[in-house]
Amino acid sequence: MDLIREIDYGTPKRVSETNVTLEIDGKSVTVPAGSSLIRAAAEAGVQVPKLCASDNLEPFGSCRLCLVEIDGRPGTPASCTTPVAAGMKVRTQTPRLVKLRRGVMELYASDHPMDWLNGGKTVSSEFQEMAEAVGLREVRYGRSGKNHQNAEKDDSNPYFTFDPAKCIVCSRCVRACDEVQGTFALTIDGRGFASMVSAGDKPFIESECVSCGACVQACPTNSLLEKSVMQKGEADRSVVTTCAYCGVGCSFKAELKGDEVVRMMPYKDGKANHGHSCVKGRFAWGYATHKDRILKPMIRAKFTDPWREVTWDEAINHAASEFKRIQAKYGRDSIGGITSSRCTDEETYLVQKMVRAAFGNNNTDTCARVCHSPTGYGMKTTLGTSAGTQNFDSVEHADVIMVIGANPTDAHPVFASQMKRRLRQGAKLIVIDPRRIDLVKSAHVKADYHLPLLPGTNVAMINALAHVVVTEGLVDEPYVKERCDLAAFEQWRNFVAEKRNSPEAMEPATGVPAADVRAAARLYATGGNGAIYYGLGVTEHSQGSTMVMGMVNLAMATGNIGKDGVGINPLRGQNNVQGSCDMGSFPHEFTGYRHVSETAVRESFEAAWKVPLQSEPGLRISNMIDAALDGTFKGLYIQGEDIVQSDPNTQHMSAGLAAMECVVVQDLFLNETASYAHVFLPGSSFLEKDGTFINAERRIGMVRKAVPPMAGKADWEVTVALSNALGYPMHYNHPSEIMDEIARLTPTFAGVSFDMLDRVGSVQWPCNEKAPMGTPIMHIGGMVRGKGRFMITEFIPTDERVNARFPLILTTGRILSQYNVGAQTRRTDNNVWHDMDVLEIHPADAEDRGIKEGDLVSLASRSGDITLPARISERMQPGVVYTTFHHAMTGANVVTTEFSDWATSCPEYKVTAVQVQLARHISEWQEHYRKTRELTTRISHETPASD
Amino acid sequence: MEAENMVHMANQIALFFASYPKDEAVAGVTDHFKKFWEPRMRKQIIEYVAHGGHGLHDLALEAVKHLQ
Repeated sequence: MDLIREIDYGTPKRVSETNVTLEIDGKSVTVPAGSSLIRAAAEAGVQVPKLCASDNLEPFGSCRLCLVEIDGRPGTPASCTTPVAAGMKVRTQTPRLVKLRRGVMELYASDHPMDWLNGGKTVSSEFQEMAEAVGLREVRYGRSGKNHQNAEKDDSNPYFTFDPAKCIVCSRCVRACDEVQGTFALTIDGRGFASMVSAGDKPFIESECVSCGACVQACPTNSLLEKSVMQKGEADRSVVTTCAYCGVGCSFKAELKGDEVVRMMPYKDGKANHGHSCVKGRFAWGYATHKDRILKPMIRAKFTDPWREVTWDEAINHAASEFKRIQAKYGRDSIGGITSSRCTDEETYLVQKMVRAAFGNNNTDTCARVCHSPTGYGMKTTLGTSAGTQNFDSVEHADVIMVIGANPTDAHPVFASQMKRRLRQGAKLIVIDPRRIDLVKSAHVKADYHLPLLPGTNVAMINALAHVVVTEGLVDEPYVKERCDLAAFEQWRNFVAEKRNSPEAMEPATGVPAADVRAAARLYATGGNGAIYYGLGVTEHSQGSTMVMGMVNLAMATGNIGKDGVGINPLRGQNNVQGSCDMGSFPHEFTGYRHVSETAVRESFEAAWKVPLQSEPGLRISNMIDAALDGTFKGLYIQGEDIVQSDPNTQHMSAGLAAMECVVVQDLFLNETASYAHVFLPGSSFLEKDGTFINAERRIGMVRKAVPPMAGKADWEVTVALSNALGYPMHYNHPSEIMDEIARLTPTFAGVSFDMLDRVGSVQWPCNEKAPMGTPIMHIGGMVRGKGRFMITEFIPTDERVNARFPLILTTGRILSQYNVGAQTRRTDNNVWHDMDVLEIHPADAEDRGIKEGDLVSLASRSGDITLPARISERMQPGVVYTTFHHAMTGANVVTTEFSDWATSCPEYKVTAVQVQLARHISEWQEHYRKTRELTTRISHETPASD
Repeated sequence: MEAENMVHMANQIALFFASYPKDEAVAGVTDHFKKFWEPRMRKQIIEYVAHGGHGLHDLALEAVKHLQ
């Protein structure tokens, strides 16, 4: 595939019920009223030269290059700022315009490095293209006058450089930061000749810049340029693919020179990101070729032995024979598998298929267990399907946005930019979160209500909000009557109307003033389209599923499901959480969320897979570990997951794995779980394979192989090989055939195929005969389950209680620059922003303990204790501390407990009773970790016989 | 799994359904055990109840009877 060049239409597309017809260079063109002339020209196939205009930015009219002539009008107006009018006759190329443009361009060029004009080798730019387009061949002005050619470069950002000598002060970068990203980190300092792009009068690295790359992408002169392009040169081909970081699922062009990635550019036609990106997807892809990648299969008898490199055949056969041996000795149900939310749909489908068909049991689970499993349970119970109700673009029609237990600017930054744009347009904002997250108050965004509840009291809060709706006559009665199960509604209405659920009664539990709760409830119920967005601050609680149902109750009661601008929107953590759940990774259900006990469904899989299947649910991850410690579970195949670092109570998890006889880890790196493994199978990065990911809006996006698998096999090929060795042959030549099988067996995917995705770009399930082009918004005209089912959501405080010994509450999460267990981002320059986990603590709590900024502190819970540096932060409320789990050495999950959601066993990461004290040395666990990690990662580099 | 953990899990489920009328609640807990608990976990709780079911919520005790 050649290098993809997207058309830039100059200004954004306008939407209007009125169309306007005009003539440009003799061509008739019809465009929506409000369109600019430059856009109309581009739609007519006429490219007007431009520098300051771009179709993702509002028109600015500063570069004076896109001048045109209009019959009957004087002068040469800028086509980017001039709207179309019916009957206009526009000329874009006349002798006068040519002369004017060349003159303008020459002036720009007079204060710009011009090596390229003299045949020098430079990275091509729009500036050069425009110079050529206007016929600039020489610059008559010398450099003896004042210029910017010796201005100092800013190389402080690890990923891009700012060279003021190339800057023409067109403001595209500033406007991209404002309009696209919404961070407002850049400005033009000074006036006239002294005007200069500035990141707040400080180096980029020290500024508010979040390194999303929008400014670099916008720059027409290479004044802002990726360092990777400077180092590796320009790409010669590109492959459109889907980002492997968060659940937004941004579409990217992987730009390559040969088989080397030069840069990742957000793809304008990507339906989830519309050409935007964040620091992770845009820049943090170096891990894919990091020296830590393990490229040869390895085995060992005991996990304390050094690894021995072997051939693929030997590793696969060894794993298969061990699994067979274990089953022969301990029974069919003594082994299982874990699928990954980082792998493709096709890969997760194969892992669960292998478990069910080749292992012969249902012991398959996925890392969604520890993040959004309550979403699946709660949504299915109330609405009939386990997925978010809207597309991302729906937020553009929201009037009141309620963000609960989510931190989109850090965890889902590209969607956060879209949300902030809507907020700047005037939508109201309610934030329900213990921490003062950035959305509460940042540039041009301010929450109307921030309800800083105590961790663990979500259900008390949602009941209090519902109480106000029900008792103040704010229920959308006609909607409920038409759409919902009325008996269940009456039951729920009576429950939430009880005084004990009022904001006043709940105030002691939540810590939030009742008046604020009442005001927020009124705003949500009466402010127009109300949309709820939530994250792991909802699900990772002992009442995670209850809270999901509580939010659906509130949305149904106010008529906020089944149309644009509303809904219940889970912000999924990893790139393919939705997909791994859709693909039947859970132990109790097949693809499309159909229980294994449903005879007709099971028979359809038995017929397709030609093997009898179990009708009983299998073990969840936590159950597998418990069973291992009980001695009944002895073997585990883990594809692309690191349960030792990501799951709660690390020591319990480690003990469970250590009790197994064969742990097979398939991953890019020797992750923490691999420390307990007996077989290591090298994984492949998202750049090395074909497949699909499904994002938080149910969008199925293509992942396309840009380079060959570094270890020789894509992940799906490894599972196929293992299954074959186990005696259950799989016959696939390409992942598209796996998707075809998924489509045949899954009604909600019936219309999906790689061919279809290549044709339309991406599609949101359900995609079938009823919805051939997919379903952006669900539950239009009626809920999937028929009538929406209100559920009673009694607030039951967690059993994890603070006391004199553990008086603080720890809540954990992630930050912008790092991702999940950090296996990828820690192996990139993103460490510049976060090279260690820190403990955020309120000044009052810090002072009580004599803790100062940067002090090493001990963080202890009933499960264990670790040490880490303290960061004093007023984002925290007194009594609550926060940390991330990105760095293995920190061991944040040594501290978290095994308390979990009642319905799904999703761990209660968000509430752990802890004590914090000054520490003199690192914790015993960290000391132990350092030693055992060294022991368990040794590799004996004997050359294996070739395959 | 440790008995204490099992009792805790079962009681959490019972507490959710406790807001419903008793028949509905028992059916809800039973259904949950059947749909989500792997057979060896159900076997463990059945045996635990056979030995008195100490610490189990009434609804869980009742539901376990329907598993046998």
